[in-house]
Amino acid sequence: MKKLPKTINLTLKVWRQQQSEKKGHFENIATQNIAVHMSFIEMLDSVNEQLTLEGKDPIAFDNDCREGICGTCGAVVDGRAHGPQKATTLCQLHMRQFSDGDTIVVEPFRARAFKVVKDLVVDRSSLDKIMAAGGYISANTGGAPDGNAIPIAQEIAEKAMDAAACIGCGACVAACPSASAMLFVSGKVSQLALLPQGRPEAARRALNMVKTMDTCGFGNCSNHRECENACPKELSIINIARLNREYLKASFFSDAT
Amino acid sequence: MQFDAHIPAGPLTDKWDLHRFELKLVSPANKRKFEIIVVGTGLAGASASASLAELGYYVKTFCIQDSPRRAHSIAAQGGINAAKNYTNEGDSIWRLFYDTIKGGDYRSREANVYRLAQLSNNIIDQCVAQGVPFARDYGGLLANRSFGGSQVSRTFYARGQTGQQLLLGAYSALMRQVGAGMVTLMPRREMMDLVLINGQARGIVTRNLINGELESHAADAVVLCTGGYGNVYYLSTNAESSNVGAGFRAYRQGAMFANPCFTQIHPTCIPHTGDHQSKLTLMSESLRNDGRVWVPHNSGDIRDPQDIPEEDRDYYLEQKYPSFGNLVPRDVASRAAKAQCDSGKGVGLTRCAVYLDFADAIRRDGRETIAKKYGNLFDMYELISDDSPYEKPMMIYPASHYTMGGLWVDYNLMSTIPGLFVLGEANFSDHGANRLGASALMQGLADGYFIVPYTIGGYFAGTTLSPASSDHAAFKDSTLAARERINRLKSINGKRTVDNFARELGRVMWDYCGMSRDEQGLARALTLIQELRAEFWENVLVPGLDKDYNKSLEKAGRLADSLDFAEIMIYDALNRSESCGGHFRQESQTEEGEAKRDDENFSHVSIWEFTGSDQEPKMHKEPLEFENVELSQRSYK
Ligand SMILES: Cc1cc2nc3c(=O)[nH]c(=O)nc-3n(C[C@H](O)[C@H](O)[C@H](O)COP(=O)(O)OP(=O)(O)OC[C@H]3O[C@@H](n4cnc5c(N)ncnc54)[C@H](O)[C@@H]3O)c2cc1C
Ligand code: FES
Repeated sequence: MKKLPKTINLTLKVWRQQQSEKKGHFENIATQNIAVHMSFIEMLDSVNEQLTLEGKDPIAFDNDCREGICGTCGAVVDGRAHGPQKATTLCQLHMRQFSDGDTIVVEPFRARAFKVVKDLVVDRSSLDKIMAAGGYISANTGGAPDGNAIPIAQEIAEKAMDAAACIGCGACVAACPSASAMLFVSGKVSQLALLPQGRPEAARRALNMVKTMDTCGFGNCSNHRECENACPKELSIINIARLNREYLKASFFSDAT
Repeated sequence: MQFDAHIPAGPLTDKWDLHRFELKLVSPANKRKFEIIVVGTGLAGASASASLAELGYYVKTFCIQDSPRRAHSIAAQGGINAAKNYTNEGDSIWRLFYDTIKGGDYRSREANVYRLAQLSNNIIDQCVAQGVPFARDYGGLLANRSFGGSQVSRTFYARGQTGQQLLLGAYSALMRQVGAGMVTLMPRREMMDLVLINGQARGIVTRNLINGELESHAADAVVLCTGGYGNVYYLSTNAESSNVGAGFRAYRQGAMFANPCFTQIHPTCIPHTGDHQSKLTLMSESLRNDGRVWVPHNSGDIRDPQDIPEEDRDYYLEQKYPSFGNLVPRDVASRAAKAQCDSGKGVGLTRCAVYLDFADAIRRDGRETIAKKYGNLFDMYELISDDSPYEKPMMIYPASHYTMGGLWVDYNLMSTIPGLFVLGEANFSDHGANRLGASALMQGLADGYFIVPYTIGGYFAGTTLSPASSDHAAFKDSTLAARERINRLKSINGKRTVDNFARELGRVMWDYCGMSRDEQGLARALTLIQELRAEFWENVLVPGLDKDYNKSLEKAGRLADSLDFAEIMIYDALNRSESCGGHFRQESQTEEGEAKRDDENFSHVSIWEFTGSDQEPKMHKEPLEFENVELSQRSYK
């Protein structure tokens, strides 16, 4: 016996903004027969098929892996970055989280440092700029010692992995009342500061990444913890504490600039 | 046409060392005079960009995504192989080489595969130095696991996010060079064409995916790292933007395409639930280390799995392959699942699934141990399917996952176009007819970190390059052609959406050129593809503007290439009437229904040459010679 998947009807209240426009607006789109097995992105696909056939411009949104790891997708759904489900990217949010007749409000990730490109698409290249300023270990290809030359205690390696789980989606920025990128920066600073390989550049890394974060127009951490709540990979604000320690140490005790 | 793979002379174990010595060098001061274009920022592209820039070359790096960190390599879960033998189980470079050649069903080059096995160890060292947080034992040393049926534990991993961590390592090395001014980053760009001047690859034309502008970029060499073409099947484990376009454009310019019909269907993916579905999610192969695969004995048994008693279950892999059991290679496991479903024993909504059951493992090791190993995979499964694998067996079904075929390259990773290098999944070089688990990451990084930095120098040192800038007429011609193609797509204004066509192409490829193929079906597919292509160019509907962010237009261009490329896959599958690895021809099987190779007639690489639009491509052969391994029929009984 074949059970048909359940379907629901929804109204999307979705942000529309042309590239030429300074300010966008909300548009209401009614949509029928959304299978609850669909992901949010697949729901948007099906709305776009409908808009296309009606001769309208489809909703622009970014996505790629559709399995919660590339960090490309993202929108604020009903006031929450990546929507209502904890630890879940938009592409992994499934329509069974919604009920028949719901109106869903969909907006782009908003922040001073993320300019809206079109509809739900934003420019997050400032996150790459922060990485270029120090989010690495300077190890040229070639001269690396044997992988087991330096043992690293398992709990340290695990903590580094926790910090490294960031997918760079920018939800933390969108969720933060001051649009700060502290959680993002702290993930990379923590990961590399925890590992012995990353220590030599720890001071310079912390200073330069924070400086670039400021010049890109991100705000300061205001301890609201919204970032941690919104993070689809559940990065902990312990990382921010670690970043603060690294930053202070670097500011007071190091010659790095 | 001569296919000289430029395999160095000398014993297998010394070839790469000897070759590196023989390759001419470019002096440090002269490196600055060369500019290299790298297309793609997955493991292959990011590692190549970083390493080339470290050497002093100027590099311009392109990707479709908004950031290089999002390339599809990010999604790899399971791990990366290396012949470190840290576990003292008797692994060695030779064993990794042997397993890879055998796993590929003897359809790859000995010299390339041996080099890959050699470099595997350097990769791990390099990644550790970059801060990749690999899993470690209590003593602080690197942990290993056995993966994909390998009989030694040689797989290094970072939880279930190995690809992510390796890519972030390569991306950080890349961003360091961006910071240093050696790499210019060009995200949100799609390569529309390869530009040749005097027969050499000298640049690309790209479309800016934000404003739709066509842009010309000149360089002294082009390195394509554009990934695989698994999305020809529409439903696959690949990311939305993974596509054959860049490779196909190069093919049209004269780069030859090798073994296009060699595709890998991965056995453990979450089955599809309906027409809305846009992708199939992989459940890491490591699950087969503890999960048991079964279907009900009787077709039509629709009881809940928990209500089906042991005696009514068919653990078909354990039955059929007592020594490898649930750990048989991917191609074997996939075909076995298909056979069960074809015989009506499939389970789930669509009856196109088999169970992967952890009940015994949980009883044996406890829920906590299993959660530690697979927790994140179980969570992901539950998120998608709304069922908990702790309570109920998972349902899995094979899906398109990886493509062994790709642009033909020689030992230097250079294509048939001088100055066009191809790395990673985009080339054909190392995996033969079937890729072993945890070896794609290894190959991408070997190509990018350790091979192309040397061989590109050899090319520059041994060739003459005329000055060429993006004002050259060749760029204008390519730009014009790209513009015309876009205009044509936009002007059709038909009634069917791009996705709708893509889905249909996927269905045709899956049905006739998927897990099992036969002459009649392939011939039928050829007609269906040609009809679909004709309809596409008359009836596709591409909304929105050209000079704008326009996903539909992007997808339409990629699908147009796929529709052409699919045909080459079919020709290749038709031509290769043997079965080998993932290529299973119904006509060529053993009495027990396993793939039967025909070494006498097919021990070669099939290489396809573009002969003009709507023309049948021309096939060439590169014979494969085996001096160090003995060809045997794979047996996993
Ligand atoms: C879900 C999944 C899990 C996997 N797990 C494993 C594993 O555990 N172990 C393993 O070894 N392998 C695994 N693989 C395989 C492996 O991940 C890939 O083969 C490998 O990462 C490919 O790397 P790449 O650098 O060649 O290409 P990709 O990572 O696919 O990168 C392609 C790049 O090219 C760019 N590009 C493509 N076309 C164009 C164009 N026209 N213009 C500009 N840019 C373009 C893209 O933007 C991207 O940056 C897995 C694959 C999948 C799908
Ligand atoms: S599309 Fe990759 S995380 Fe959502």
